[in-house]
Amino acid sequence: MSVLGNTALSFSEEQAMLLDVAREFCRDKSPIALVRAQLDTANGFDQALWGDMVALGWAGIALPESCGGSGLGVAALVPVVEAMGRAMLGTPLISSALAGQLLLRAGDTGQVERLLPAIAAGDPATVALLENGDWGDGGVGLVLDEECVLRGGKKFVPDAAVASLFVVSVTYRGAAALAVVRAEQLAAGAVHPNTLIDQTKRSANVDFSGVRVDDNNVISGPGVATALRDIRLLGALLVAAEATGSAAACLDTMVDYLKTRKQFGKLIGSYQALKHPTVDILTATDSARSFIYHAATLVGDGALDSDAEIACRMAKAHACQTLLYAGDRAVQFHGGMGFTYDCDAQLYIRRAQWSQQQFGDAQHHRKRLATLLLD
Amino acid sequence: MSASEQELKAFRAEVAAWMKANNPTDPGFLLPQTFMEVGDERQLEFLRQWQHKVWAAGYLGMAWPQQYGGGGVDAVFQNIADQEMRRAGVPICFNVIGLGWAGPLINDIGTQQEKAKYLKGILNAEDVWCQGFSEPEHGSDLGNAQTRAVRDGDEYVINGQKIWTTMGNFAKYMILLARTNPEAPRKYDGLSYFLSPMHVPGIETRPIRKITGEYGFTETFFTDARIPADCLMGAEGQGWKIAMQTLQYERGAEAGAAGGQSMVRVTVDDMISQLDGVQRDGESVLRDPVVRDQLVQAIMEERALALGDRRAHIQHLTTDYPGSLPLSHKLRATEMTRRMRQLAINLQGGEGALYVGDDEARQGGFWQRAYFNSFSATIGGGTSQVQANIVAEHVLGLPK
Repeated sequence: MSVLGNTALSFSEEQAMLLDVAREFCRDKSPIALVRAQLDTANGFDQALWGDMVALGWAGIALPESCGGSGLGVAALVPVVEAMGRAMLGTPLISSALAGQLLLRAGDTGQVERLLPAIAAGDPATVALLENGDWGDGGVGLVLDEECVLRGGKKFVPDAAVASLFVVSVTYRGAAALAVVRAEQLAAGAVHPNTLIDQTKRSANVDFSGVRVDDNNVISGPGVATALRDIRLLGALLVAAEATGSAAACLDTMVDYLKTRKQFGKLIGSYQALKHPTVDILTATDSARSFIYHAATLVGDGALDSDAEIACRMAKAHACQTLLYAGDRAVQFHGGMGFTYDCDAQLYIRRAQWSQQQFGDAQHHRKRLATLLLD
Repeated sequence: MSASEQELKAFRAEVAAWMKANNPTDPGFLLPQTFMEVGDERQLEFLRQWQHKVWAAGYLGMAWPQQYGGGGVDAVFQNIADQEMRRAGVPICFNVIGLGWAGPLINDIGTQQEKAKYLKGILNAEDVWCQGFSEPEHGSDLGNAQTRAVRDGDEYVINGQKIWTTMGNFAKYMILLARTNPEAPRKYDGLSYFLSPMHVPGIETRPIRKITGEYGFTETFFTDARIPADCLMGAEGQGWKIAMQTLQYERGAEAGAAGGQSMVRVTVDDMISQLDGVQRDGESVLRDPVVRDQLVQAIMEERALALGDRRAHIQHLTTDYPGSLPLSHKLRATEMTRRMRQLAINLQGGEGALYVGDDEARQGGFWQRAYFNSFSATIGGGTSQVQANIVAEHVLGLPK
């Protein structure tokens, strides 16, 4: 078999329509001034704006029609999330979508039909997966005991402060399982917000100790491990899509500056020392876009196959490196201005580093790609 | 009239069988991987015979008109034949400047006489073609070409010098860009385009010894060389326009090429296969974690390029910076190739220091030679640095 492997890339009419709508919506509703206005707020997003997104159907876009969704799959989320990344628009869309996918992929019909409609209707949900900073740590220390009581907590739970529902990875009777926890079940003070490098994002450490999970909210069985693996890959893909959008916006910001700023009597964009790295960022962003839509082409509603896994890992590894490079150079090329909080370059470099640390960094994915491609 | 699926399938099987049966045995010397590497008569004769054989079998110039030696069928057949040639790993069809650039140009804008005179010889490899665009002082700045062509009765008198003439010493004809009007207000308007004979008094070629130690290009000197006036293509002053059209064929942006593979495709797969048996720290080099990461990055780069070619056809995903994918393709593909070939040598351990001519050189020194030759692509046809400027200015709109 060729290591070049699968190079499928298709783009449906639905995706095209969504991309157009999302691009326009995000441009109109999320100008940088409004993004900045949310940097210091508790939840990091405007509730009315989230309402608009829900009204557009985005919260349920990838969920089945029987649950109030659009049934378009994760492939339809990619253009939406890319557009959001371009506008640096936060909101719990990604965490909610991942919670929905995890339930859809691991839950039984009853659970799916009972839990997904609220998510599709815009009630935010999230996934609680990590207990330390190691994305390669497959172990789950959080135990669900025989009485269905949780003992322990999770770290870096995205959008925990606004989530109505937590899908929590646990160990139950010695095997991987999921516990679905309603926000009102949490003890007072159980949510400890993280101070994040990216001020457009929110996450928290959540202590689930003492929560008694409803009997019908425990998901166990052999499908859970696969769903947990897949959700990390889908998380990687969505963060990659978002990072790709942000890289394009960062590039635009840089190019605008290079076309207007003069030094030594010349527009600085005429200097090849700045010009050529900017072209590198363009071509890297081009590749990032190709990778995310390649992965979107290969991920379906079922368990991800190895081609889809390879594509998601490549997308994440490449897109986040690209955004880091773009953000890093955007700061540098803005000179003294780039060193200030007022310069938008800071938004991108902060987003870049945040994205890199989600769902495994580039090295994490390349290490796994080596096994997938070379062994 | 389009061919049926069944017809195409049958044709593909037919070509595959022919290629398998006729793929020449190893001649005992390194064959050129690209048409820019034809260094001696031995290689030339080998490739000439091979191309003639492919043409005679009906697998070259399939979409060109029958009356001029072509097959007169839909281009889809040629595409299939090309794919099967690549798959079979047969030698290249070396007369690329004729097959891929001059030929399509003559087909598209040439006169009846020009078509009758030139096309068949391009296909059957009797007439080798070369290109006279670049000059010593004007490599990337083609519009500034200074070689002069002065009309004198029924002839033009040519004076000047061209460089990087691929197969200049073997060629019978040249597509020549020369200045007929040095007074033209725009430098581009002073240029004219000729289908020039090479075997006339006053045209001399001097082979250039490449970085590899081999040959493949010449310098070409014109000293009061007289060529018939009807060698002029189009009208005087149209040279730049026709040259740009030629570059469109060269860059593959325009259909019409006669087909045949112009270079042996080398992939990351080939790079990895060549590492068979290479040890590092006492085990397979493919177990080395640092090497593995480098290989993964090379694979990703190759896949990104292939995906970009696909995405370029999805209009909706190309609106941000229109032209970005096609305009940056040459830059990306050639730089990737160069880096990959260098990495291939790196991974050979001590053997990596051996070169063509050493019995123990891995694959006869294929990668060492390929690495050096890869610079012809990062420099020729506009250096990577000029390409980056073009992308910056035309795609990103950055100032000159």
